[in-house]
Amino acid sequence: MTIRHHVSDALLLDYATGSLEESWSLALATHLSLCPECRQRLSAMEATGGAMLETLSETRSDAGRDDASWAAVRARLAETPAIPDMPHEDTVDTAVFPAPLRKYVGGDIDTLKWKPLGLGAYHYPISTGDKSISARLLRIPAGQPVPEHTHGGKELTVVLCGSFQDEAGRFGRGDFEETDDTVMHQPVADPGTDCICLAVTDAPLQFKSRFMRFIQPLIGI
Amino acid sequence: MRIVVSNTPDYDFRLQGHAVVSLKKPLNLRRETLRRVRDITPQDTEVEVLKSCMTAVALKRDPDAFETLFRYYGPKIRAYMLKRDGNRQSAEELMQETMVMIWNKAVQFDPARGNLSSWIFTIARNVRIDAFRRNNRPEFDPNDPAFVPDEVMPADQVLEADQQAQTLRYALTKLPPDQAELLRLSFYDELSHSTIARLLQLPLGTVKSRIRLAFSRLRDLLGDKA
Repeated sequence: MTIRHHVSDALLLDYATGSLEESWSLALATHLSLCPECRQRLSAMEATGGAMLETLSETRSDAGRDDASWAAVRARLAETPAIPDMPHEDTVDTAVFPAPLRKYVGGDIDTLKWKPLGLGAYHYPISTGDKSISARLLRIPAGQPVPEHTHGGKELTVVLCGSFQDEAGRFGRGDFEETDDTVMHQPVADPGTDCICLAVTDAPLQFKSRFMRFIQPLIGI
Repeated sequence: MRIVVSNTPDYDFRLQGHAVVSLKKPLNLRRETLRRVRDITPQDTEVEVLKSCMTAVALKRDPDAFETLFRYYGPKIRAYMLKRDGNRQSAEELMQETMVMIWNKAVQFDPARGNLSSWIFTIARNVRIDAFRRNNRPEFDPNDPAFVPDEVMPADQVLEADQQAQTLRYALTKLPPDQAELLRLSFYDELSHSTIARLLQLPLGTVKSRIRLAFSRLRDLLGDKA
């Protein structure tokens, strides 16, 4: 498996600094599970954070507190047990969805309760702590197009199964697509297998067709 | 000449041909001592001391070694926390929280996966996210069966991770001012790139390309393939 579409530096930096909201972060963590190259770029950014932490110094009024705060921390050391190396609750041997995603949907692809969207497509809404950003899994039937649309805001897509093609190229498992309101695109699932993606958006899709705009409230995307 | 920091009384420097900075109390450098060490030796000696303290905390739960880490990183973490909302009281609390977390997670620090300051940064960052945003930050799990592992890491990359911090600190001083400002706003103030664009009244594309330039430069210096 070769991943051809990666996370941009700007978005990866938001994830590295901690400013990225939960739903976008879910898309990044899902891609990062599948992409050693982006993990290496992330680790260079975290090393930059480390180097920037090293260069911080305090004003004189804060520097005098060290003895008191050491005493406070010293007293807490015995209280808490050490956290063992790499804790993990995974009991599965194989998985299609990477761990961060399984945590949110409560299982893997085989246990998912898809909801019909019409036209042979299905979705599964994912609830997160974000109010204005929505995350969902989408299942587009093999060989079928998703109606042509733009996004009022930003959309992140991570392919988990099958593949699709749009103006930006072909996207297969692990590939990451970042689109915004400047892009009008019409993804078409490749024939063979249904294409399953994680899609995160901060605004409803805007469809080009009047029919799609008409049924949109009914299908809830 | 190589300078070695040893707390082993019988370290035979004549045989090794090294100069020895001998520490009376094992692994317990006070701020003054650290400064002295810094004055007479290159900074990688300091990095070695801090790393051996980290090992002693992980393997032996050694509070003296932990004090050295505390005296070195505590003030830096407190300054980092203070950048977020300027409240001294909460900065102090979050610093203490981070240090306790470092103590508890010590065995998870893997020198092969990055340098110490980078690991400490990620812990401080996560403490800050928990405190201010109170929501989850999904993360990948290397034990996940769906996880696609790295290609096998050559042994010398472990050494590179150690030099990374120093190379980066130097490289950061050489960044053009507009890129350096961007990194400060990102890492210290925890602003997203779109917030920074609004704040500096710059087109989003300009901010994105500055970020790209800054990191392609840093990655070049690190000899990174990515």
